[in-house]
This record gives sequence, structure tokens and C-alpha cells, in this order.
Amino acid sequence: MSLTLDPKIPSGPLEQKWERHKFESKLINPSNKRKFEIIVVGTGLAGASAAATLGELGYKVTAFCFQDSPRRAHSIAAQGGINAAKNYQNDGDSVHRLFYDTIKGGDFRAREANVHRLAEVSVSIIDHCVALGVPFAREYGGLLDNRSFGGAQVSRTFYARGQTGQQLLLGAYSALNRQIAAGTVEMHSRTEMLDLVTVDGHAKGIVTRNMVTGEIKSWAADCVIMATGGYGNVFYLSTNAKGSNVTATYRAYKRGAAFANPCYTQIHPTCIPVAGDHQSKLTLMSESLRNDGRVWVPKNKGDTRPPSQIPDSERDYYLERKYPSFGNLAPRDISSRSAKEVCDEGRGVGPGGLGVYLDFADSIKRLGEAKIRERYGNLFDMYHQITGENAYEMPMRIFPAVHYTMGGLWVDYNLMSNLPGLFVLGEANFSDHGANRLGASALMQGLADGYFVIPYTIGNYLAPEGGKRPTTDHPAFKQTEADVRAKIQKFLSIKGKRSVESFHRELGLLMWDHCGMGRSEKSLTRALNRIPALRQEFWENANVPGENESLNGSLEQAGRVADYLEFGELMCLDALKRNESCGGHFREEYQTPDGEAQRDDEHFAHVAAWEYQGENKTPIRHVEPLVYENVKLATRSYK
Amino acid sequence: MNLHLKVWRQKNSETKGHLVDYEARNIPEDCSFLEMLDLVNEDLLSRGDEPIAFDHDCREGICGMCSLTINGIPHGPSETTTCQLYMRKFKDGATIYIEPFRVGAFPLLRDLAVNRSAFDRIQQAGGFISARVGAAQDANSILVPKTDSDHAMEAAACIGCGACAAACPNASAMLFVGAKVTHLGSLPQGQPERERRVLAMVKKMDEEGFGNCSNYLECEAVCPAEIPVTVIGQLNRDYSLALLKDNL
Repeated sequence: MSLTLDPKIPSGPLEQKWERHKFESKLINPSNKRKFEIIVVGTGLAGASAAATLGELGYKVTAFCFQDSPRRAHSIAAQGGINAAKNYQNDGDSVHRLFYDTIKGGDFRAREANVHRLAEVSVSIIDHCVALGVPFAREYGGLLDNRSFGGAQVSRTFYARGQTGQQLLLGAYSALNRQIAAGTVEMHSRTEMLDLVTVDGHAKGIVTRNMVTGEIKSWAADCVIMATGGYGNVFYLSTNAKGSNVTATYRAYKRGAAFANPCYTQIHPTCIPVAGDHQSKLTLMSESLRNDGRVWVPKNKGDTRPPSQIPDSERDYYLERKYPSFGNLAPRDISSRSAKEVCDEGRGVGPGGLGVYLDFADSIKRLGEAKIRERYGNLFDMYHQITGENAYEMPMRIFPAVHYTMGGLWVDYNLMSNLPGLFVLGEANFSDHGANRLGASALMQGLADGYFVIPYTIGNYLAPEGGKRPTTDHPAFKQTEADVRAKIQKFLSIKGKRSVESFHRELGLLMWDHCGMGRSEKSLTRALNRIPALRQEFWENANVPGENESLNGSLEQAGRVADYLEFGELMCLDALKRNESCGGHFREEYQTPDGEAQRDDEHFAHVAAWEYQGENKTPIRHVEPLVYENVKLATRSYK
Repeated sequence: MNLHLKVWRQKNSETKGHLVDYEARNIPEDCSFLEMLDLVNEDLLSRGDEPIAFDHDCREGICGMCSLTINGIPHGPSETTTCQLYMRKFKDGATIYIEPFRVGAFPLLRDLAVNRSAFDRIQQAGGFISARVGAAQDANSILVPKTDSDHAMEAAACIGCGACAAACPNASAMLFVGAKVTHLGSLPQGQPERERRVLAMVKKMDEEGFGNCSNYLECEAVCPAEIPVTVIGQLNRDYSLALLKDNL
């Protein structure tokens, strides 16, 4: 069966597509909903909100997460905020402006219709989260407060201290808990999805491993929702949680789901620089800090004086200089690349010269230390714990780090992949951010997908599918289960000398050097030559001790790293075939004379979605053209 | 730096556990405590031993998955979580005892990992506001004074790690329960279910086997999210009033 990518975008004017689609979508009457069983994998913002909402509607939901509780999902670590086109500040915001900012921020590589829907439902998200008791920041009069974020000239970001992701996730978790108590959702934590089961080309179930007992089990359903997050940990060092992984989406890809734009990765400009080889992860300092912090490096190369002794005239506030209208709030991809540029010139600060200053001295002078503490206290504390430095007295040192992945499984307007019955939500899909995500838009998209999109669109698949749910006795389940068991035995029987962790570190460094902030045909070709050799060494020499029938962290990690060792190749291939620069994908061969990303709209205004062809075979690249009817493709300018 | 570790090893809940001695050598002081354990595990692996199992995920102090009782103190000598504890807090040559969170309601899974699902079940009993998706009014139509909102946020910051119960001689979960009751009870949206919530959560807390508060205040001292012990006062007040009304 050849793969088709039909985005199923509703007809009609952009502003009416979603309303019309909701009306035209198939309904399932309340008493029939309980006859449908839905699997939800992952319980971050997208998964928890989807599971809770579908349970509330009356569907029978079974949800899974690999953490010990759904409340731990990595959405919890998002700091800065969530965008919504409320225009509570009366500063010129609107649904259309949020739509336009998001399309432009994504460097014109996202679907118009999806992004417009996202901007439309953004306002309902804030209403609903407040109703759930999310303690957003308030003004003295009791109204909601807003801050501004990169890539926007309005204040539309709602926040809860520097812990917005935590509060939104705990809101979704509480809604999920209500449904668990009501019996509409059955929750399985410490349970990892290891494969997708397809029956006659439809996704009808999953195979899981109980991470405490090792039990391998099949689960059948009418459809499967995956909300399993991004793949930033392919770089080993990233701001993702240690457990975040590509396994669920990659194994679905191997079962026929198309993987879209894997090369689109977001490097966040404000993270704490790497301190040494022992480091296991990178910590983000929220982009909101750029509201009050000024980014600079010394004007002169090799200036090793402490920052306090470098006079203003010898500092280069390079973002303010290069992008006067957005200044320190330039979008993430541009800010990250600018930081790399000044460090490549030898003007970086701190150990190894891989850092730039984020300086709050002017804001502290203007607003007082108390105000800065109120806004960012927890971030300054975290910075102090990690580096031992006090950022109230000296500038923070920051450097870009892998943070978010815009690529993911391909989905249509209904958020269904090319595999009927497989829905993909949140960071795990590719849909709304194009080639670069704006700050405070990940939380918005995760909750939009889960609370307000999937409850409407899922009926289009389920209504005609009534009564077609297989049981786990079906041969497809037996076969998939056998494949999973065989793979686990294979890991345990390698009995090599090298730790799985060391393979992950080596792959990560290779990806960072060759497919990181800058990529070139040369670097990508080199990576594509080296990854298969590393993968081969893994299968010959990895050390995976212990047995399946117990809590075995090494075994869990082996499965994830084995997938990264294949997925990394797909990323490099996608980056190599996209002969342009756009957003987070910067090909060094394609840049303007002043070093900005040079798009090629004539040849690359499309989504690239990859179809798996089997082990060690080159996957097929399919194309979904991006049609712009409402915005004019323009060169992004933040000057 | 070099350290002597005494680490609790236990294959599973059916077998007996014991402390095992390990030497951690050449540990950089910029390492986090968990990165130090990563290095020890690499060493164990290279010698053909099984690594030490411990829970962790975000490694930035917010997910609440990491635990560990370090030298008798949940999360050790830091103001925050174990993952945000850095080795510069220890002296070269120090002996460090590493044990799991010890609470009856948190059964041990392996080595240093415990099962904290009891906390989820308490939240399921009533830690929510019953707001249906799509039914909400405009967010700014509910005015919340900044002081109330800040008060709610202070309590809502709980990360659900369980250190409060692990530190308490009574294994009480009242800081954890009080945090949710205070968070939702401080907001206008939380009022309709306020009494029902506190009764249901306290009932579940008792069923799960957590003890009562007798004012040791150890919970507040170890809480990485700085939840103030005043939430327990709020919990007691709300519970008494709700019980009284319930009995009328």
C-alpha cells in the first residue's frame, strides 16, 4: 500500500474552517461512547488533557506513562508561560496576530489551517485552566497578568511564576484524577509502550512492558493516541528529562507511520553552559528572563576580565545591535545562532569560551532587586545551586542547548497519522510550529490538542469503525508481542563490555557536532557514515546486565538508545535532503550575505515525511506541499 | 574528590536489603549527586555488577521523581531536591549513607526506588475542581486578589516527591495533603467542593496508612518546594469545619 499524505484541510475561508469542521465532524451519541475503548500513551499536557477529556465525554480510556506518576511528565519543567490571543492588555493582539506570529516564527513551514485553529482555541485554554484552579499570576485588581516572549511584540503570555508548565500539568493531572476516580480512565504508570499493533493497516493496540515486573502485555482498543513527547535526547545533552525518548514514535514509524521533518530541532538560547564531561543534562533558564536581561559579550576577542570590569563601551549587546526592533526578544533560532557566532569568533565567556552573558544589572537598577526576585526568584535560585554564582550580583552565563523538536509523526487536520486509528498529539506530532517554535507555544499546543481538538476530531474515525475492535488473541498481537520479547532477549544476550550510556553520549556528541545548530552537506554525510558503525558496535558490544523480570534501568535505556541509533540517521538524512535553511534547520551553505537563514520556497515549501522501508534500507521521502492562501511568504525580519 | 558510600541494595520487596560499601573516586565537585551515582554505576557496570537503581527524571528539581535519604535526611543537605544537590556540598573523603525514602505507604521496588502511588490515590480522592471542558466562563470574569492567588501558588508548588512523609517520625502526609487543600481552597473556583475535598482526601490519607501530624515540623524543613507548615493548620481547620457541617 503506497503512503498518501492527505492533510484533509477543510474548505472555506481560514477563519471558518474549524467551526465548519466541528459541525461536519461525525458525532457518537453519549450512550455509545462507552462502547469505544481508547488507548492514550503519555500523560504530559497533551496526553493527560486528552485522556481526561475523552473520559469525561464517556469513552473508555486506558492511559500509560513510564514515570511513577502521570504528574511527572516533562511538560512539568516548562517555565515561562503559555500564549493566548486574549488581548487582555489592549495592545493590539488578536487571533489573527497570534496565527501570523506563529506562522512567521515557524519560518513559513507550518500548515495555515492548523495554526489558525491553534490561535482560535488558545483563548479557551486559559478559561479552562483558570476554571481548574491553575494559579496564574494576577495583578492587584485581580485580573490576569501577562508578559511578553520572543518573536512577539504584544504581551500575550500567561504565567505562574517560573513554573507555568508545572501548574498546567498539575491542572491536567487533577482533571485526569477526577476521571480515574470516576472509573472512565484506567491509569498504568511505570509502564512503557514498546510497540504499536496494526490490524489490516489500522492502529488497534499496543504492547507494553511493566517496568517493575517485566511483564510484556498486549492491549487492544478502537484507536491509539500517542502523546509521547519529543526526541531531543538524541543529542544526549538536552533540556529534556532523562527518560524522554523517541521509542514510541520511532516504533510506530517502523510500523508504517510517516515521520515528518525530523531535522527540525530547536536549540534554546538560554541554558546554563556545560560544566564538564560528567554532565547528564542541561538546564534551561526561561526565555522570559530576556524580558529583563540584556545579552552581551566583550567586543574584543579573548577579553578575560570579570564582567564588572568591562565598561559599557567595550561590550557588544549583539542582539540589540543586530535586531533593534526585537532586541533581546528575537526568536529562539536567531538568538541561538547569534550566540554561536560570537563564540565562534572567540568572544565567548566562561570556561571553554562557550557562553554569553545575560545581564540583569540595568533592570535591577530600574526596578529594584525585589521586583526581579518576584519575577524570576526560582530561576535565580536554580542558577545559584547549579553554578554556585549569584546572578543578582553578576551576569548569568548562558549558552544554547537542545530543547524542543518541531518534527514528529505526520498528522492530518484531525491529528490522525497516515495509519488510520493512530492519533498523535503535542510535541510528538509535527503539526503547528513549522521549522521553529515560539516561546510559550508548546504548552498552548499540547493543551489545544488534548482539551479542544481531539475530542471533536476523534469521532470522524471512530463513528464508522464501531464494533471493529479486535481482541488481543488476534495474530497481529501475538506477532508483535513475540517481536518485543525477542528484542529484549537480544539486548540481554549481547553481554558486551561498553555501557549503553557511553554509546548514547557518543551518538549525542556526533549529532551535536554534525547535525546541531549548523549543518552542512559535508558534516551530514560524515555523520551518515559514522552512525551505522556506532550502531553495529552497540549490537556487538553493549553491556546490558540483569534480567527482564525486574526493575532494570539498563534494559530500559538499551531499548531507547537502540532507537536513537537508528533515528539519528533519519534526522541527518532529512537535514541533508532539505537544501535550504529555515528556522531551527540551518544549513551553512544556504545563508544570506549577513548570515541569516536563506529559505528556498520554490523547492522546499513542503513537509517532508519519511516512510520506513526496513532495516538498513533507505526510507522514502514523501512530500506534503504547504499552500499559503492567507499569508504572503516573506523573509523573516526581526530587525 | 573521593567518597565512601554506604548504599542500600535490595533486589525487590520480597528479599531482604542491606547497606553495601562503595568507593566513589575522582568525582568532580560540579557533579550533581545523581551524576555522582551515574559515575558509580558506570564503574559497577565495568566490573560486571548490576548498577544501583534509583528514581530520577527531569534532573532540574521540578518533576519530583528523585528521592533518596542521604545521611538520614530526605533529599540530603540541600534546600531542594536530590537532583539539585551538588557535590560541592560534601567534604572530600566524607562517608555518605544513601537509603530509600522509608515510609510504610511507599513500598520498596528495588534498591533506592519506592512506589509512591499512594500519593496519586489521595489526589484521585478529591484533589481537583470538577470543571468540564468547554464549560468555563471568560478567565478574567473570576477576579482573584493577588494575595489569594500568590497564597494558592505557594501551596500549589508542591512537587509530590514524598520527602515530607519520609522525614516525619509519624510518616504523615499532611504537608502534601494540606498543600492541595490550601491551593484549591484559596481560590474562588475551589469553594463549591471545598468541604467534600478535604473530607475525601483525609479519609484516603488515613486508609493509605499515613500518620498524623504531631508538630515535629520535619516536613517543612526538608520540603524542596518550600511548602510552609501553615498548610497543615489550614488542613486541620478545613477538616474540622467540614466534619462539623457534615455531622449537622
